[in-house]
Amino acid sequence: MFDNLSERLGRTLKNLRGQGRLSEDNISEAMREVRMALLEADVALPVVKDFIEHVRERAIGQEVATSLTPGQVVIKIVHEELVRLMGESATPLSLNVAPPAVILLAGLQGAGKTTTAVKLARHIRDDLKRSVKVVSCDVYRPAAIDQLHAYADQAGIEYLPSDSSQKPLDIARDAVATVRRQGVETLIVDTAGRLHVDEDMMAEVQALNSDLSPAETLFVIDSMMGQDAVKSAEAFNNALPLSGVILTKVDGDARGGAALSVRHVTGKPIKFLGSGEKFDALEAFHPERVASRILGMGDVLSLIEEVERKTDQDKAKKMAAKIKKGGFDLDDFRDQINEMNRMGGMSSLLDKLPGTGQLPAGALNQVNDGMFNRLGTIIDSMTQKERRKPDIINGSRKKRIAAGSGTSVQEVNKLLKQFGQMQKTMKRMKRKGGLQKMLQGMGGGGGGGLPPGFKP
Amino acid sequence: MFSKGSKQSNDAPPAAAEKSGGLLKSLKRGLSKTRDLLLTDVGDLVPRGGKIDEAALEELENRLLQADVGIDATSAILDNLRERARKAGDGDPGDLLRAAMLDILAPVAQPLDVSTANKPFVIMAVGVNGVGKTTTLGKLGAHLRDSHHKVLLAAGDTFRAAAIEQLQEWGERTGLPVIAQSHGSDAASVVFDAIHSGRARGSDVVLADTAGRLHTKDYLMTELKKVRRVIDKIEPRPDYEVLLVIDASTGQNALVQAKEFHQAIGLTGIVLTKLDGTARGGIVFALAQNLGLPIRYIGVGERIEDLRPFDAESFVDALLAQ
Repeated sequence: MFDNLSERLGRTLKNLRGQGRLSEDNISEAMREVRMALLEADVALPVVKDFIEHVRERAIGQEVATSLTPGQVVIKIVHEELVRLMGESATPLSLNVAPPAVILLAGLQGAGKTTTAVKLARHIRDDLKRSVKVVSCDVYRPAAIDQLHAYADQAGIEYLPSDSSQKPLDIARDAVATVRRQGVETLIVDTAGRLHVDEDMMAEVQALNSDLSPAETLFVIDSMMGQDAVKSAEAFNNALPLSGVILTKVDGDARGGAALSVRHVTGKPIKFLGSGEKFDALEAFHPERVASRILGMGDVLSLIEEVERKTDQDKAKKMAAKIKKGGFDLDDFRDQINEMNRMGGMSSLLDKLPGTGQLPAGALNQVNDGMFNRLGTIIDSMTQKERRKPDIINGSRKKRIAAGSGTSVQEVNKLLKQFGQMQKTMKRMKRKGGLQKMLQGMGGGGGGGLPPGFKP
Repeated sequence: MFSKGSKQSNDAPPAAAEKSGGLLKSLKRGLSKTRDLLLTDVGDLVPRGGKIDEAALEELENRLLQADVGIDATSAILDNLRERARKAGDGDPGDLLRAAMLDILAPVAQPLDVSTANKPFVIMAVGVNGVGKTTTLGKLGAHLRDSHHKVLLAAGDTFRAAAIEQLQEWGERTGLPVIAQSHGSDAASVVFDAIHSGRARGSDVVLADTAGRLHTKDYLMTELKKVRRVIDKIEPRPDYEVLLVIDASTGQNALVQAKEFHQAIGLTGIVLTKLDGTARGGIVFALAQNLGLPIRYIGVGERIEDLRPFDAESFVDALLAQ
């Protein structure tokens, strides 16, 4: 339902094609689109503003001489900045203290603390090979303690009993004493959900934290949260010496802009993502993944990387020079087809582009890789001389080529005709980097996927 | 039962039936943060009787966006405001803004009516995890009880650990009977039982809890469809309300949630919870604009009285705090 950023930028930056450099003028529209995309992803407005300024500075003057469209260049910068601001990837728990290492979980109601407590315990037991127990200090929500016990049982995690008639601080102190006596290395303390504006409750969790001096004080936050993420994160960060953040419910389809907001205001690493009902559904945090999600465009980014990685820059330059002289021949055409196949073929390229879903039915079927392969085979059946000078291909040569490639004279004719049109178009494209622009056309989405003058 | 430290429970009914100080007052208290943010500023932005210029509109846009109103609904409000300002000329900007916002919210402020010829009326709460479905039903049960309805609670969240116990505790606190089966049993069967049991007991309303589920989980949405199919087959078919419970701090994803749940089982109303934080719940504008589903209740605090029928004027007034 939301347009992803590449669709937005695609529209805005259409007129930018052919300009070699991003300027203040031509990117201000683009920045407006970036702003909208981030707001739709629930990144908090003050954070969006800071971020846009950052990106604008980086984008101005950026050259667009690579095989990317201006839109793709902007996306690349936005994505890189997002990743950078999102912080370190997979920050491990730091539990190197005199045992027992205490982990305190805090957050708003319904953020997913209890589920996270048990997932975290599983991670500590199974991956870190440490002994661990969990305890609930939530004496407020009806049956909250039962919930932790039931989850712990299901996950095979040991828990310390507590009772809603006790005080949270007493529960926690008892629990620490117990695990110390038992020689258990880690204790996870689940707390009641609380509103950051509730002074009594915030004082309570502060007291818990200062009494326990936990090795980790983790803020648990729902990835579906909106603009308010900034305020609650700020309040919890001010009240508690947070050591990290856990983002929950990422198995939903929220863009998760809250992640950037929280990171921005707390400066604390996001350590884990909670991603499902199962107790092993706790993932290490990877900034690229969350950044792509916020932009709503996982595959576009991998496509950009792929084009960058796989397009042989030298070859592209040589070819551009050739086109300029009008010397584009069938050998070069063959190279182009190879190039495309290296990137997984036309259909795989199209698959990765946003918006292909909106193409009219049948349009995608017309673009099949078999068609390109057949063109390649026809060219392969020509002699070197024929490829360099297609004009010499007469009737009998056509028959030979058709027989050699297992096609028909009509198909050979069609190829030659299309190639002739391509050559004509290319001669008209005098500007530098013409071929690269064609490659961009393939990456730029929509109908401009094929070389000029070339209709399947 | 209430000897749980000095702090009153977040989810517990009040120890004594505190009488609230009026709907508007309570709303304002709950929404005070929004008011601070929006209202005061409208006054600051545009002096009374002044003109609404583009700078003021842009600032207003920022404020609305920060209240989670969302891009589309924000533009709609601002366009409406511009149009009104152009026509009215010298009208008070605060009044114009109020009217522009009411244009969106007034049509969806439809209170829930539980009267039915085929008793019991069934109310089912659905939503993603952690939005406050069980708590909302507990409070709603107390409300209906106080307005002399015979209420039956149905523990249809058979998935989450201790969800049944949570509703049973609400049953104890409110003195309402609870129909429950064991953990892991079929939710549709619990609801079916509860409706039949409600008929036998002469209940007026059955409140059915369901497990929180992300709308992206097909198998869980399928389970919900089954609950509805089962209700639909009961003869005579009971009248029912399917309430989507939404946490006020939810961002733009609330819209996706609402659309997905609506498509799966056909929602008939919305409850907006947790308005007592700093979250502004502006998402109701986006919901109203896109889906037009009635907004039935809002939760503005911990007490039972703080579950309020949604009233567009109070809501906007609380936002604008005149």
